[in-house]
Amino acid sequence: MTAVPTGSRWALWLPLGLFAGFVAVVLFSLLKPADRAVKSAMIGRPLPQFTLAAASAAQPGLARADLADGKVHLLNIFASWCVPCAVEGPQLQALRARGVDVVGVAIRDKPDDLARFFAQHGNPFSRVGADNVSAIQFALGSSGVPESFVVDGRGVIRYQHIGDIRADQVDMIAAKVAEAGR
Amino acid sequence: MMRSLLIAALLAAAPVLADSTLPPAPYANVQLEDPAQEAKAAALMASLRCLQCQGQSISDSDAQIAGDLRNQVRLRIKAGEDPEAIRAWLIDRYGDYVSYAPRVTTLTWPLFAAPLALLALAFVLLRRRFTRSAA
Repeated sequence: MTAVPTGSRWALWLPLGLFAGFVAVVLFSLLKPADRAVKSAMIGRPLPQFTLAAASAAQPGLARADLADGKVHLLNIFASWCVPCAVEGPQLQALRARGVDVVGVAIRDKPDDLARFFAQHGNPFSRVGADNVSAIQFALGSSGVPESFVVDGRGVIRYQHIGDIRADQVDMIAAKVAEAGR
Repeated sequence: MMRSLLIAALLAAAPVLADSTLPPAPYANVQLEDPAQEAKAAALMASLRCLQCQGQSISDSDAQIAGDLRNQVRLRIKAGEDPEAIRAWLIDRYGDYVSYAPRVTTLTWPLFAAPLALLALAFVLLRRRFTRSAA
């Protein structure tokens, strides 16, 4: 009476197999979380038109025309209220020391806060424009602070770096800048 | 002693602020004056993904970047722009991910084709079964 039809014997293991597969998928995603960063679709395309007023007294503002001047620029999107942006300071200084022109867009910032930020974490920027409603950020396809864009001499976006530039990524960014200058 | 120190430390603790101190953008939390335009903006905002808090739409999110995008959506609708044109502008910059409204593309067409294929299969199988029982 306990005879199991031979045809369905393997089916007995099916739920266990499915469960094992489920556990494998969960473990895989737990140990290797997916990259959730929203990448810009503007890479390889020209910068949008924009003109931003100076964000602080420390340097002039920023417009598209300042970037399409035949030289490669590193466009850094940052804010004084953003903690990783402060951590990124020394790396931007290092890039500037290597001859990279670093320009900034300050998101939702105040001149006084920026002055304090520069005094504390250094000022690697030749220009900083104020974007108080994140408009340029959306036009660039950028989804947070900090982010950095390598812009070539014709004003075309060549590379996007999401998050702060770490000490071990300075060489890589410098290489991207050199590549854009070729 | 330990306990009073702990309480003093808790009282002295200040939150680490990682947000802008600027007030929200003009139309981040303010409706458009024209109800018809606001309805269009609301429908669009409910179907745009917040870029920071990715499980939420920009109308659900309190993130500042979501407020700024609501401001931009409302301003552009106020200026007479078509909601779908604004969606297309955003998809052009962020990819399909920014929109909750599914599109049929070379990548997503199986999602739309699979239910139709399954329905057709079910129809064929069931028809055979019904004709057999009738016989």
